[in-house]
Formats: sequence, C-alpha cells, structure tokens
Amino acid sequence: MLALSDFLILGAILFCISIAGIFLNRKNVIILLMAIELMLLSVNMNFIAFSHYLGDTGGQVFVFFILTVAAAEAAIGLAILVVLFRNRGTINVSDLDTLKG
Amino acid sequence: MAFERPDLIPVLPEIFVVTMACVVLLVDVYQRQSNRMLTYLLSQATLVGGLILTLSLHTSAPEYTFGDTFVKDTMSDVLKGFIYLSAFVVFLYSRRYLQERGQLTGEFFVLGLFAVLGMMVMVSAHSLLLVYLGLELLSLCLYAMVALNRDSKTSAEAAMKYFVLGALASGMLLYGMSLFYGVTGSLDSRAISTAVTMGVGNEIVLKLGLVFIVIGLAFKLGSVPFHMWVPDVYHGSPTNITLFIGTVPKIAAFGMTIRLLVDTAAAMHVDWQQMLIILAMLSIAVGNVVAIAQTNIKRMLAYSTISHMGFLLLGVLSGSADGYSSAMFYTLVYAIMGLGGFGMILLLSRAGFEAENLEDFKGLNERSPWMAFMMLLLMFSMAGVPPTVGFFAKLSVLQAAVRADLIWLAVFAVVFSVVGAFYYLRVVKLMYFDKPVDVQPIVCGMDMRVALSINGTAVLLLGMFPGTLMALCHTAFN
Repeated sequence: MLALSDFLILGAILFCISIAGIFLNRKNVIILLMAIELMLLSVNMNFIAFSHYLGDTGGQVFVFFILTVAAAEAAIGLAILVVLFRNRGTINVSDLDTLKG
Repeated sequence: MAFERPDLIPVLPEIFVVTMACVVLLVDVYQRQSNRMLTYLLSQATLVGGLILTLSLHTSAPEYTFGDTFVKDTMSDVLKGFIYLSAFVVFLYSRRYLQERGQLTGEFFVLGLFAVLGMMVMVSAHSLLLVYLGLELLSLCLYAMVALNRDSKTSAEAAMKYFVLGALASGMLLYGMSLFYGVTGSLDSRAISTAVTMGVGNEIVLKLGLVFIVIGLAFKLGSVPFHMWVPDVYHGSPTNITLFIGTVPKIAAFGMTIRLLVDTAAAMHVDWQQMLIILAMLSIAVGNVVAIAQTNIKRMLAYSTISHMGFLLLGVLSGSADGYSSAMFYTLVYAIMGLGGFGMILLLSRAGFEAENLEDFKGLNERSPWMAFMMLLLMFSMAGVPPTVGFFAKLSVLQAAVRADLIWLAVFAVVFSVVGAFYYLRVVKLMYFDKPVDVQPIVCGMDMRVALSINGTAVLLLGMFPGTLMALCHTAFN
C-alpha cells in the first residue's frame, strides 16, 4: 500500500524538475513549454493524491479544469512560438535578448 | 447529490459580458469597413451595460451563489465598476493608435472583453478553483494580446517571456493551492479559513503552501524579486497593450490578493505579513532606483509600476480593514494615473512614430500647453505631490503601516519615494525647460483629447476631494 507521502514526494520531485527545466534550459523554447506542462501535471498528482486520501471529489474536479486550461495554454504558447519563429528564424532561448535595460 | 439550480441574478453582469463578447466576435466577422466602428461601439456598449448591471444589482450584504464558489459583495462591485471604466478608457485611447497602424481588428476588442470577464471572475471568487480559472482567462487573453502585432520582433519576444513567466507563476500558485487543499480538505474560501483558524492539520505544510501562493501573487503583481517580466513586457508590447496590461489587471490582482490572503488565509496573517514586508521593501527600493537609469519611458513607467505595487502591498500587509481599504484606494488611484500616463504616450505617437523615449517629451509645453499640464499633473500624482490624489494614496497606505507599528517601514517607503520623485520631475523638466526635438503638430480625435483631459483633471479633483472614493473603499471592508 502506497502512503500519501509517496505521491507527494513524487509530485514535489516532478515540480522541482520542471522549475529546473525552466531556469537551466538555454537551448530551446519548446523545452520550456514541456517544463510548464510537467509543472501543471505535478500539481495534478498532488490534487489527485489528496483527493483520494481525503475521500473528497473536489480535488479531482480541479484536476479536470487544470487539464483543460493546460491544453488552452499549450495552444497559446505554441502560437506565440510560431510568431516568434517567423519573425526571427530561431527559437533559441539565449537569442531572446533584444529587450534590455 | 441533488443538483440545485444556482441563483443566476448575482452573476448577471458576467453572463452579460460573456454573451456580448461572443456577439462582438460574430459581428466583427461580418464587418466590411476597415474602421470597425460597429465592433468598437458594441464593445464600449458592453462595458457600459456591465457597469449599469453591476450598479443596479448592488446590495450591501454579500450574496453567494454556485455552491458558495462565487461571491458578490461591495468590494467586488466597486472593483468591477473600475475594471469596466478602465477598460472603456483603454479602448477609447487605443482606437486611433490601432487605426493609424492598420491594426484595428476585432481581436483586440474581443480579447479585451474576455480579459475583463476573467478579471470579474477573479475579484468575485470565493473558491480556489474560481480564482485559478479567472486568473487563467485573464492571462491567456493577455499573452495573445501582447503578440497581436504579428510582424513585430519585440512583441513576439515580449509575449514569449510573459507567457513562460506567467505560466510559471500560475504553476506556483496552483502548487500552493494543492497544499492548502490537502491540509484543509476543501477548496472553499470560508471552509479553508475556518479550518486554518481552528488549527486543523499540519501547520508546516500549510505555511509551505502559503509561500507558494505568495510567490504566485508576487509574480502576477510584478513585485521584486519576481518582477523580471514587467519591464520587458511593457517595453516590447504595442503601446496600447502596455496601457491595458499596466492598468486594468492590477485592479484584479489586488482583488485576487484580498481573496486569497484575507478571505482564505486571514488566520495566517503573521506569516504572510513577513513575506509581504520583504516584497514591499524590495519593490519600493528597486523600482524607484532602477527607474532613474531608464531612457525609454515605457520601461521607466514599468519600474514605476513595480514601486507602486510595493506601496500597495504596504497597505495589504498592515492587516487591518483600514489597511485593506487604503490599499484598494491606492490600486484605483494607480489605475487612473497609469491610464493617463500611458495614454499620453499614445497621444504623442503617430503613424510610423512611437513616442517611446523620454526625449520625445522635450518641449511638450511649446507644442501643446494643455497636454503638458495634464502630464505634469499625472507625474506629480505618481510622485505623490499634494494636492494631487497620488499624495493621499501614499498617505493612507503609510498611515496604515504606522498603525500596524511598522514605523520603520513607513520611513523606508518615504525615503525611497523621495528618490523616485527625481525621475517623475525629470519628465516635467523635459516638458517645460527643454527645446522640442519633434516639432510635428499633435493630431488626435476630440474623444481622446476630452478623455485625456478628464483623466488628468480627475487626478487633481480627486486629490482635492478624496472623500468620496475613500469612503467607497472603506465601505468595501466594513
């Protein structure tokens, strides 16, 4: 039998990986989008684990909403990525440096 | 569980705005004229209609609906009223700017209306789920609006930065919410609040959740050290979008802060007060000092926004009804000043020319003495010079901080607002004592001239008679 803490630790590890992915990645914007998805999924893991152990459906409902919003967010993110690529011909994170000051 | 039909009367303004946003979307598809007059008028009518509905449905007692997830109280009504008004002004200022650049499309108005809807949901949320949904509706619209000018390299970059950091902030906020849910077993603000007050569950986990929620809020408000996106997004977006992002969402962000920290986690006041003190101090210091080094006026106003958010937090962290109402007063005043400040940049811009640099304000007094005077009032108000309203806004948050026995913090804020006065007064100096670089006459429609004049004089009049607005903010928390 898995304990609640096992799920929470997994969620925390996934969350940390995604934060590290956002801050360490200097190569590709698509990896940033993947890291963002991973972050939302780690939160989902938390919600489902709590929901199961509390015997309350509220958390699961929240997860459905997060999944839907994540899909919309990915769509907007990819659309911005296309605009970016058409304007610059590159999606390197380190090239996003024209705005400074 | 039986399904109860929810009471729809309290959400009528939201239903009206969402219906009208869809109507605007449809009408725009069939529009042939390039000036999009019908789209524009319908959007403005939506905001006016929303305002009328909100005013006429107002009751002093809070009303709950949709299984207690939605609340309509005085605070939400006042904030919604100002959201409609500010969005109305944004649409009005933007029309000529967009038209001159051939970017006057229906998308701007539709996304703007949906963003307004998101903000309405945010300020009326009584459940963690609704806070999140309102926030995402707002954010997704804003990301798209920043990238609306498809051929601009800077706005694509700004949109990408905004998107990534905004999504990161939402993720942080969600993680905090999941921990709150886990400890208290509920998503409802009142249930969480009771559970926290009674000390149910693990206190350490609750505090960890609070840290994540405060980080998420700080990202959305744009306070230091989570401010990295603010200058870049303000600088990179088309100016009319900067005007929108810089003003209206701040009202909603204040509402969200109150809903999460005060309505949900009031019992943890000691914990979040310490975090907000750090955020407020850093924001006031960094915002005011870094703004001095800017030559681009949009970047300068971005750093000024950061310092204003620090002052806003000063009111919230004092943790009393007086403090909250002073923070609300500050937010509303900031929105009015921001509308005027960014509106002035729109006024000086014309087809093929963006008045983005401080130099473009040189000698404005010779070109248009009245508009220079309006800008003077706005700059004085942002700096906090009496008798403009910015002075009373600063005074009331400082009073709240002093009453909470945080005199040292109030002194700190005053010292840095003196530092900040330098860069506001520099704009005044450029306008009145320098020779104009740009000698083209200022062309703009009557509607914009009148609106900007009202906006500028409002800063002065509200400063002389701050009582009404102040009383309105007081009733929201008593």
